Amino acid sequence: MKRATWLVPTLYILFLMLPIYWLVNMSFKTTNEILGSFTLFPNDFTFENYMVIFTDQSWYMGYFNSMLYVSMNTVISVAAALPAAYAFSRYRFLGDKHLFFWLLTNRMAPPAVFALPFFQFYSAVGLFDTHIAVALAHCLFNIPLAVWILEGFMSGVPKELDETAYVDGYSFPKFFFKIFLPTIKSGIGVTAFFCFMFSWVELLLAKNLTAVDAKPIAATMTRTASTAGYELGLLAAAGVLTIIPGAIVIYFVRNYIAKGFALGRV
Amino acid sequence: MATKSDNNRAWLFVIPVIVLVAFNAVVPLMTVVNYSVQETFGDNVFFWHGLGWFEDVLRSERAHAALARQLMFTFTILIIEIPLGVVIALTMPRKGVWVSVCLVLMALPLLIPWNVVGAMWNIFALPDIGLLGRLINSMGIDYNFTQQPLAAWFTMILMDVWHWTSLVALLAYAGLISIPDAYYQAAKIDGAKGWAVFRYIQLPKMKRVLTIAVLLRFMDSFMIYTEPSVLTGGGPGNSTTLLSIDLVKIALGQFDLGPAAAMSLIYFLITLLFSWIFYTVMTKDEGQ
Amino acid sequence: MSRIGLSKLSHSYIDTPTDAADWALKEIDIEWSDGGAYALLGPSGCGKSTLLNIISGLVVPSNGRVLFDGRDVTELPPEQRNIAQVFQFPVTYDTMSVYANLAFPLRNRGVSEAKIDARVREIAEMLELTDMLERRAAGLTADAKQKISMGRGLVRQDVNVMMFDEPLTVIDPQLKWTLRSKLKELHQRVGVTMIYVTHDQTEALTFADQVVVMQDGEIVQIGTPVDLFERPTHTFVGHFIGSPGMNVLPCEVREGAAYFHGRHVPIDAGVGRPGEGARLEIGVRPEFTRFADDGGVPVTVVRVSDAGRHRVVETRAGDTRINLLTSESEAVPEGEAHLEFDPAHTRVYVDGWISEAA
Repeated sequence: MKRATWLVPTLYILFLMLPIYWLVNMSFKTTNEILGSFTLFPNDFTFENYMVIFTDQSWYMGYFNSMLYVSMNTVISVAAALPAAYAFSRYRFLGDKHLFFWLLTNRMAPPAVFALPFFQFYSAVGLFDTHIAVALAHCLFNIPLAVWILEGFMSGVPKELDETAYVDGYSFPKFFFKIFLPTIKSGIGVTAFFCFMFSWVELLLAKNLTAVDAKPIAATMTRTASTAGYELGLLAAAGVLTIIPGAIVIYFVRNYIAKGFALGRV
Repeated sequence: MATKSDNNRAWLFVIPVIVLVAFNAVVPLMTVVNYSVQETFGDNVFFWHGLGWFEDVLRSERAHAALARQLMFTFTILIIEIPLGVVIALTMPRKGVWVSVCLVLMALPLLIPWNVVGAMWNIFALPDIGLLGRLINSMGIDYNFTQQPLAAWFTMILMDVWHWTSLVALLAYAGLISIPDAYYQAAKIDGAKGWAVFRYIQLPKMKRVLTIAVLLRFMDSFMIYTEPSVLTGGGPGNSTTLLSIDLVKIALGQFDLGPAAAMSLIYFLITLLFSWIFYTVMTKDEGQ
Repeated sequence: MSRIGLSKLSHSYIDTPTDAADWALKEIDIEWSDGGAYALLGPSGCGKSTLLNIISGLVVPSNGRVLFDGRDVTELPPEQRNIAQVFQFPVTYDTMSVYANLAFPLRNRGVSEAKIDARVREIAEMLELTDMLERRAAGLTADAKQKISMGRGLVRQDVNVMMFDEPLTVIDPQLKWTLRSKLKELHQRVGVTMIYVTHDQTEALTFADQVVVMQDGEIVQIGTPVDLFERPTHTFVGHFIGSPGMNVLPCEVREGAAYFHGRHVPIDAGVGRPGEGARLEIGVRPEFTRFADDGGVPVTVVRVSDAGRHRVVETRAGDTRINLLTSESEAVPEGEAHLEFDPAHTRVYVDGWISEAA
């Protein structure tokens, strides 16, 4: 039994890799090969699909748009959540529990419910088809999550740290930025990772709030399936390219992932 | 746990969060509530309709069927993903280079945009050009998820297992590595074998993270839209039309704002209710 | 219950150790008799926990053998050695009741329920846990949890040795004393061999019949608490045990007599012929140092601190600090003074080790 334990994660990872492999495989094929024959490796190896994406502005601008609103959202979410999480972890105040619960309920709001009102609301305030609109909309679910994770990390820091700093004559802002934030920097990293992740993968709202100028890459993909015929190779190549930023981010935070998951609290 | 002090000025710290979330939550939610009690014939002319739409939705066979499919989907994936995630976490390496390899590869599906997940599985499972579709058909099983409801369900569930089991596994793993060695050593000395170690040491220590896992998986699978809508579009027929897919069909497809809004609110309340039940049941021991 | 022998034991956590610092344990030889109470005492990182884990079977030593009653158990896993261990942080099965916790080791070994019940109640009585048997272990205080960990070892009648790895670390100070005397009482009642690892000299000296003092992976002295106090074989022991520790004065040796700052210091026995360039020191405890009228070692009194029943006086002779204990009533001179040492407890140490009379 002991000897076979490595088999489970191995098989599981193999299962995870198969669809990705198929996507990568397809991205290097011509449309003819995809539709005409069934091959495990591209016979007619081509970079054409990637070349289209890198040279067509409507494609590569999609990347830029996604990156921009995801970064904006991550910064806004973490920045707003830091003081709030500090308040929840250090103080009791009127309605704190209700507020915490209310925040979490927003994590439970189905985006499909909000899709239409969001469209109308952001149109009304004149933010439709801007990066900031998507970044703000994603705050709906990312801020509750960020507060939740950061609160877990901050509760792990003994209160004596705060008190010692005040005794040593630090003002609150100086303490918060010079001492407290560096202490929980791995927590901030983990939180930023999760904000990045959920903003990067969400599409229903992002698609609904944009038309041209801020259209995310993943939404551009749906165009290939409908208007430009069935260009599967191109679709596959675009798909592969959306996996890469995620893979890079995971690689950088790999040592914190396990820890980060454990420190949030229910 | 550090003891907290009373300080109502802490409200100042939470104001930015409240403003940002309220900006997104309150106004749109009010819009939904507004629609849900009105009737429109276009041209932005609205009439008071009372609770009529709510009655319609609650009596509608279509909504019942979508809810039934949604519950079926959510409970199926919970039954598969939670135990599977725990098993994977238990068998993952605890130290060495393979830890990083496992973590990075396992986390990968979590960072793929949801419609790419749907599109990827679509081309992976297509019977003519997909690896999975070809494989199943070559085993002599007639499989075509675009035409057979059962095959569509199978593909949709397999896709969700592929997409999200890692989240459960990573959470469970985080719980496992936080168990001090002394517990395992004590268990050895006490003569406990595999099952007893799992039942009395690992499971109790994983309880907190598993609560998070069940809650997150419940909420997210209950709200799922993008992946199945790209994969099957709710078909064949309505066989895989889950709640949110149906909702978007009504709201954006047919532009029936009233019923869609009423359904949205009911949907939201159901999600809240179930989350609350899960939370209460899973944490009820902790008070003692 | 059994005799425990460690023969030529050494251990390194590194696969190919090169220099001395790579070894967590260097050549340990110990023979412990059945039913004794022993303590392993030393500062953190001295190798005492490694030694404990080797005895319990959690670590297999790089070299040497572990013998239980003469039987080689070096390669046996913990569950086959019939040992019990209490850890630094209390380990309890939190979802179980206290009763189920105590019964757990017996149930795993297939003992009949009737026997389990009798044994659990007996041990619970001994540990004063009877009134909380039905409660869940999760909500209990640290000292109650630590008692449960001890109980899980005590219920078993096949235990060769019970080991304690700094068990009082997380216990409140006022409860430490209670638990310590409880432990001593238990040892006398059940008569099982016990090994207690700690860095706290009070815990070690009050618990053990024999204390093993360790430093840097080596045993520096094995002896009774009285031995360690009256005749430390190494300046480290003298320094580590006692409060304040032994005074160590650099000295010269000429023709079997010791000199500090050129002044002759009488010692209990002669000094062997030390090798060239050896480090020579006089060691004498503050308890055996007192003020002299004249003719002793001239010193300057630096500080006097009150330690309850006595006073600790800190003095200096040049760069060397010399402490002494005086009674409450005795007058302490200010400024310049003279000290003398009780020759029966004054010894010369060569390179740290006590110099045996030639």
